[in-house]
Amino acid sequence: MESAIRLRGVVKRFGAITAVDGLDLDVPYGRCVGLLGPNGAGKSTTMKMLTAQVIPDEGALEVLGFRLPDDSKQARAVMGVVPQLDNLDVSLTVEQNLRVFSHLYRVPKAERDAAIERALALANLAPRRESKVDQLSGGMRRRLLITRALLHEPRLVLLDEPTVGLDPQVRQELWALIDRLRSEGVSILMSTHYIEEAERLCDDVTIMSHGKAVAVGAPSKLIAEHAGPEAIEVYGPPARLTEVEGIARTRGWRTRRTGTSVSILRANGDAPDFEGERRVTNLEDVFVLLTGEEIS
Amino acid sequence: MALTAAQPRLGRLERAALQGVIVREVVNYSSFWRSSTFSSTVDPTIYLLAFGFGFGSLVSTVAGYEYIEFVGTGIVATTVLFSGAFPAMYSTFVKYEFQHTYDAILAAPVDTEEIVTGEALWIGARTGTYGCVPMLVAVAFGLDPSWGMLLVPLIAGLAGLGWAFFGIFIAAKSKAIESFSYWQSGLLTPMFLVAGTFFPLSELPQWAQIAGLVNPLYHCVELVRHAVFGFEGWADVGHVAFLVTFALLSWRLAIRFMERKLIL
Repeated sequence: MESAIRLRGVVKRFGAITAVDGLDLDVPYGRCVGLLGPNGAGKSTTMKMLTAQVIPDEGALEVLGFRLPDDSKQARAVMGVVPQLDNLDVSLTVEQNLRVFSHLYRVPKAERDAAIERALALANLAPRRESKVDQLSGGMRRRLLITRALLHEPRLVLLDEPTVGLDPQVRQELWALIDRLRSEGVSILMSTHYIEEAERLCDDVTIMSHGKAVAVGAPSKLIAEHAGPEAIEVYGPPARLTEVEGIARTRGWRTRRTGTSVSILRANGDAPDFEGERRVTNLEDVFVLLTGEEIS
Repeated sequence: MALTAAQPRLGRLERAALQGVIVREVVNYSSFWRSSTFSSTVDPTIYLLAFGFGFGSLVSTVAGYEYIEFVGTGIVATTVLFSGAFPAMYSTFVKYEFQHTYDAILAAPVDTEEIVTGEALWIGARTGTYGCVPMLVAVAFGLDPSWGMLLVPLIAGLAGLGWAFFGIFIAAKSKAIESFSYWQSGLLTPMFLVAGTFFPLSELPQWAQIAGLVNPLYHCVELVRHAVFGFEGWADVGHVAFLVTFALLSWRLAIRFMERKLIL
């Protein structure tokens, strides 16, 4: 089966820094794939390569069957891009923003009004159509930013950190919006450093570290494979935490500092002598195990 | 998939893309047209009145023209700078640096070349319109109307297009908005003065006259005067050719440096 996005051996250097270092990435049609990694892992550079705003030094990129960067314009005509930085026209109204992009995305004249109404309804912003963007809340602006990318009913949507900097309630609203797209069969590539977001929305995740993919697969599969079924979270004063880490290491278990606690991973129920909370493992545990880095 | 891949390859400078860029400009303009129109028309009008009354009271004729005729036509060049080069410089820089507008547009099926061309065409059209305003003010103060004046929007539009491209080029070259000072004081202000707008080039030292000949504003001024008072054959073909060449060169420069800035 062909993929909506296919990257092979992609390398991008900025001077001495190699931002993307031999990346392979696949987004099968109709799937939602998460690109997960800490800041600086190369996620944004990867996203920008998919719109040909960054030209790779090496490797092959294909988006919806078009080779990049040469045929990027055709690819951009059938995909929607939600940027990480809000770049709405703030002195224009909600409706004007959508109208401008209905032209930029080449929605045929006869369909423009309907496309704008559809976007307003999807963003739940129909009552605010006359409001200027600088009068909207952060969540409304983000909804507008997302639906602006959907005016031309793209087959592929790129979401670069779609909920970064928003409070939890607004984040959940946006998740519902993204989940709806997913259920409509749109292919989605979403970069994020929020673990929960990836776990909830993504069929597959690619975990990135230092410009490379370090693990690929469904979140549940990656968790089962790398982190085991449960973790034990031991709380205590710093000295106790250090002691726990030492004991765990001698028994061959991996640990992870999470602020005020130590998580013991891959103990698989073999640690009855530790007083701690048993919790289910998550993608963050996988990430730490694979890269030794904290994700956020 | 084969279906999508079989679609004709999208070309360069497509109408749909240019239209999208221009629509964006026009819709945005609807939110700031008052201030823009104010500065583009009031500035040159003040120059016109100041020079007209101040200098005009000292001299009656300049280079064979009544002073109001001389300055009332030359003033078009001032508008070209105020509504062509400066808005191009500032709006490009602000859109790039603060509003991230180009990120949004480049994610749609629009290339850098189309952004630069569409934005400059719109600024050129505005300059063509604004260029007439101080001339009309001069008519109120005694400049005789003529049919040739109908060509002035075209001349101002062509010159404005060239300066819009050049302004975009300046913005693309500048890492900080402060560097505009060097371009303004070092290049644009001298050009503005050595264009035959307020006084004829023939009174200047020879090196300044030669410098004036490579100044697009000078060619714009000459063309406007000749359109209003009578064309001078091949000389005017030369002026048009100079303005066209300036616009074409600035166009390619603007695209090249914007691509360097926008595509990493």
